[in-house]
Amino acid sequence: MSDRFRSAIVGWLLLLPAMIFLVAFTHWPAVASLWESVMSTPKPRRPARFVGAANFEQIWADPIFWQSLTNNLWFALGTIPTSIALAMLMAVWVNDRLPGRTFARMAYFTPTILPMIAVANIWLFFFTPQYGLLEQILGALGFGATNWLGSKDTALWAVTVVAIWKEAGFFMIFYLAALQSISPTLAEAASLEGASRWTYFRRVQFPLLMPTTLFVLINAVINAFRMVDHIIVMTRGGPDNATSLLLFYIYQVGFSFWDTAYAAALTIVLLAMLALIAFIQYGWLERRVHYR
Amino acid sequence: MSQTPHDPYAPKGFARVLETGGAWLLALLWILPLAFAFWAAFHPPEFATRFTLTAPLTFENFTRAWVAAPFARYFLNTILLVTMIFVSQIILCTLAAYAFARFEFPGRGIAFALVLAQLMIMPDVLIVENYRTMSALSLVDTLPGIALPYVASAFGIFLLRQTFRTVPKELDDAARVEGANALQVLMKVYVPLARPIYIAYGLVSVSYHWNNFLWPLIITNSVEARPLTVGLQVFSSGDQGVDWSVICAATLLTSGPLLIGFLMFQRQFVQSFMRAGIR
Repeated sequence: MSDRFRSAIVGWLLLLPAMIFLVAFTHWPAVASLWESVMSTPKPRRPARFVGAANFEQIWADPIFWQSLTNNLWFALGTIPTSIALAMLMAVWVNDRLPGRTFARMAYFTPTILPMIAVANIWLFFFTPQYGLLEQILGALGFGATNWLGSKDTALWAVTVVAIWKEAGFFMIFYLAALQSISPTLAEAASLEGASRWTYFRRVQFPLLMPTTLFVLINAVINAFRMVDHIIVMTRGGPDNATSLLLFYIYQVGFSFWDTAYAAALTIVLLAMLALIAFIQYGWLERRVHYR
Repeated sequence: MSQTPHDPYAPKGFARVLETGGAWLLALLWILPLAFAFWAAFHPPEFATRFTLTAPLTFENFTRAWVAAPFARYFLNTILLVTMIFVSQIILCTLAAYAFARFEFPGRGIAFALVLAQLMIMPDVLIVENYRTMSALSLVDTLPGIALPYVASAFGIFLLRQTFRTVPKELDDAARVEGANALQVLMKVYVPLARPIYIAYGLVSVSYHWNNFLWPLIITNSVEARPLTVGLQVFSSGDQGVDWSVICAATLLTSGPLLIGFLMFQRQFVQSFMRAGIR
């Protein structure tokens, strides 16, 4: 047996167990969704039949889908830049030798290890009208009562804030790791040249953090289309679909209305969006990132 | 954390006061929900929303939460679940990462692209089809039903592949000269050298699956299979009216083990995370 042949056999044998599970629970369901999306939902007396693009035509005409898509884009726009900027700020702060930085680092990171479902309950209380914490504070300052989660104008922002709070500390760890790997000689050289701290951050630290930012950005984008735990606890998509996000809508259509064919078509739309985002990020952004 | 003895950009004077103030304010905001949970859980319900320092301390909320729902069962389920997932992930990801890092075989590029695709398309997005698969396998409402979609983790494969590639080829060759086969080389050379990465990955995996909610919610419908997160949700959306003190106690119960573990190993955790080069 030649070495190359042997290597190919061993390589594939090592890969096989993981590949079986990857195909079974990622690639096969993605392909199956495509198949389901052109079929009708099977009913006890009416088996699934081919319906062509009917499910997609339904999506096109579905106001709740468009609302969920719009909500999701606002949610992404609200969470991604804010949590990345906050994470960077946190990392710079806890990287400097400030008094109490161990406490700060712990405080920032704690939301990451708490189950979203558990903290959503606590945030639910914060947002409760009349006796909730936010209301007590704002009431003391003389503001009127607001039903944060019950009003169409504020509900989406309320759940966005919770997502930012949950995510920023997780991203901070990556920035902290990157900051600590920057050679201290760079700081010395910059200070000898008389660069201000802001210049040092802008010209040295920030560019060196770009690969981390790309990694964090990819994660933030994925999370923006995946984070639904707190929606299920806090608003169930309401009021009047004001906080319905795409994955939440898929969950609702698939498991509350049991319209599996329509849910499959929605899944295909979400997958197509994720693929497009991946394409933009890997193809276009990566060429703009400076690697060491 | 290794700090340089001299940092020319360490904030001084007013900037230092400003930065410290900002860092603390943000830290307080970030810890506030947890702090509130502690307050409400350790005080009688009538003080849940009234913050007076003289409020009496009590453990009663915890005992009430514990008897109000089968938390012991939920704990057992969660511990079994995260163990099952972590052990399978370690085995499958190690083997696959070794193949990608050190073997030439036709189709390697395509196989790796298939792995990377999962980084973008998490199993969470494919709940409808995965539910169908699980019903076909009669695994609905079982722990393996919760675990299976996650056992081949693209993140784990990617992370370990990067690590294995940094292992010097000479070590590999030396072991082979001594007559070790591929699996023995993996166990004797690669796995021990990647220990910090296994620790970092373990912490990420355990906390992710301890906290995971949507898929377990969908795939379970009985106490026998429910993990803590789903149990907590069923418990707190019950009809008994909203009792914030008991909910906060249950919340602390649910996240307590992770929280204590994190506080105890905070330093090691952050360090192994950094050494893993996940950045």
